[in-house]
Amino acid sequence: MLSQEKIKDLEIKANSIRKSIIEMLVEVGSGHPGGALGMADIFTALYFGILKHDPKNPLSEKRDRLVLSNGHICPVLYATMAHSGYFPLEELMTLRKLNSRLQGHPHRDFLPLVETSSGPLGEGLSQAVGMALGLRLDDKKNKVYCLMSDGEFDEGQTWEALLLAGKNLPALPNGREQAGKLENLIIIIDRNKIQLDGNTEDILPLEPLKEKLEAFNLNVLEIDGNNFEEIFNGIEKAQNSGKASIVIAHTIPGKGVKEFENDYKWHGKTIDKETGEKALNELSSS
Amino acid sequence: MLNKNQKLNKKLFDKDVEKELIRNGFGDGLLEAGEKNKNVVVLTADLRESVKIDKFVEKFPERFFEVGIAEQNLVSVASGMASVGKIPFATSYAIFSPGRNWEQIRTNICYNNTNVKIIGSHAGLSVGPDGGSHQALEDIALMRVLPRMQIVVPCDSIEAKKATIAMVKTDGPQYLRLIREKSPLITTEDSPFEIGKANILFESENPQVLIISCGPIIYNALISAKKLEEEGIGSIVLNLHTIKPIDREKIIELAKKTNAVVTIEDHQIAGGLGSAVAEVLAENFPIPIRFIGIKDEFGQSGNPEELYKHYGLDSESITETIKKFLGK
Repeated sequence: MLSQEKIKDLEIKANSIRKSIIEMLVEVGSGHPGGALGMADIFTALYFGILKHDPKNPLSEKRDRLVLSNGHICPVLYATMAHSGYFPLEELMTLRKLNSRLQGHPHRDFLPLVETSSGPLGEGLSQAVGMALGLRLDDKKNKVYCLMSDGEFDEGQTWEALLLAGKNLPALPNGREQAGKLENLIIIIDRNKIQLDGNTEDILPLEPLKEKLEAFNLNVLEIDGNNFEEIFNGIEKAQNSGKASIVIAHTIPGKGVKEFENDYKWHGKTIDKETGEKALNELSSS
Repeated sequence: MLNKNQKLNKKLFDKDVEKELIRNGFGDGLLEAGEKNKNVVVLTADLRESVKIDKFVEKFPERFFEVGIAEQNLVSVASGMASVGKIPFATSYAIFSPGRNWEQIRTNICYNNTNVKIIGSHAGLSVGPDGGSHQALEDIALMRVLPRMQIVVPCDSIEAKKATIAMVKTDGPQYLRLIREKSPLITTEDSPFEIGKANILFESENPQVLIISCGPIIYNALISAKKLEEEGIGSIVLNLHTIKPIDREKIIELAKKTNAVVTIEDHQIAGGLGSAVAEVLAENFPIPIRFIGIKDEFGQSGNPEELYKHYGLDSESITETIKKFLGK
């Protein structure tokens, strides 16, 4: 159970991360604000409470793996990593600039601290499934967290990966691992209901999403993705479900800046300087 | 005459030359690699028997992953496994992998720099009666444009085994191209093989043309070279089993000896072995080149021998094309 004090701390942290996101996007004049702001609470919860990770020893074999499938929300990943101590906060201002480690979509050549290079949608879950299978084969207990957007469920490959994630796995030789499910995989869907061209239910309807996913033999739960108590409780349940889990996290795209909230136009719209200042003021006063 | 240093099959030019499935060589290599390295894992998209991975699966069932008919997932899952230290062999037919999942190979494997081996079987015309839909004639071109990707096209079962074992020892993305039909044994266990080092299989005393080829179709090139030699036209046959990284020194050195080059491939002329050779020569030693391969069209049903003849890849057609090219 999270204490009120811890929740307050996390809220302050998430607010700082949101400010960093706005500053980065204003500085570079491109990028995707909607999903990045909406997922700031989940990233904060992961990096400041849930993930096994060590910014001082970032490639430790003991770390949990975090796969960001929808690479376009990487400003929230970069900002959270910087606030966690992986690199200096000043570096955030190099986002999307020539020779920056912080490429427009994550690239391991430039930033080996990310688990995968990503960008094209619908491919992260397959890679996360591969990691979870590979770790299981080595009797490793690390968890694999795959962060996805709801828009990625338009892609056929996502469903190919879900079929595999729900498959029964054989026991490993010498009693190393019982037959069972891919229980070290936790998928978190940013269910913000928007994508580039409009609302998800207008572009290509996903509902009833929970029922669809349950039919894939997975443990499915729904949370408010902008509520720390629900995030922590939901992921804890997912960690101990005995099968691959999907956390449908209902988030508000653009969360924290009223003008951006729930408006699909802010999925990938540039924030000009003036709007950016207003947004920073709004975040400072909250 | 055959290059003695290559220790090739002595019965190579006999009518009853032994034939073997190149896929069996891959399967044997995979088993051996798997025995030596516990990180070798194998994935397939519902083609376990077709791609001859049975021996591996039987011995190491826990290291085998059936992903179903889902080639995009196949290579991306393989990439994830490589991220945690595995050496995955992602097996399917070339038309589907790398045919169907090119962008996943580009982003998840090459751009992401993961140690995944793509095995594309049933490539080229040899898939025969199944027809044009299943004849991958574009796979080398697709893989050649990807940074980091290496491409190996073994000429027979024995070379396929060596290539498979060598791939495990090379870190990084690689593509291995195999065909369906049995093909003549050209090499022996003692023949040299090293990824990136092209081998001279045949060399006449006064070569007038350098014939560069890869894969089992090189057998037709050898038959043709022997016939030409009998008619007083000398040649060199180079087995360019690695299309990438290409053995540029060897190509330039031999081109300087002959001043004429013919490339032969069971693949589109556009973007394949011939194009790769042309890129090297155009910059370094520009000389006339004749490209023998598929000329911007799709294949069709027929038995492989008929198809090779129809598309000008049988040894007689090759001999004629070379003679015309040399003005003989």
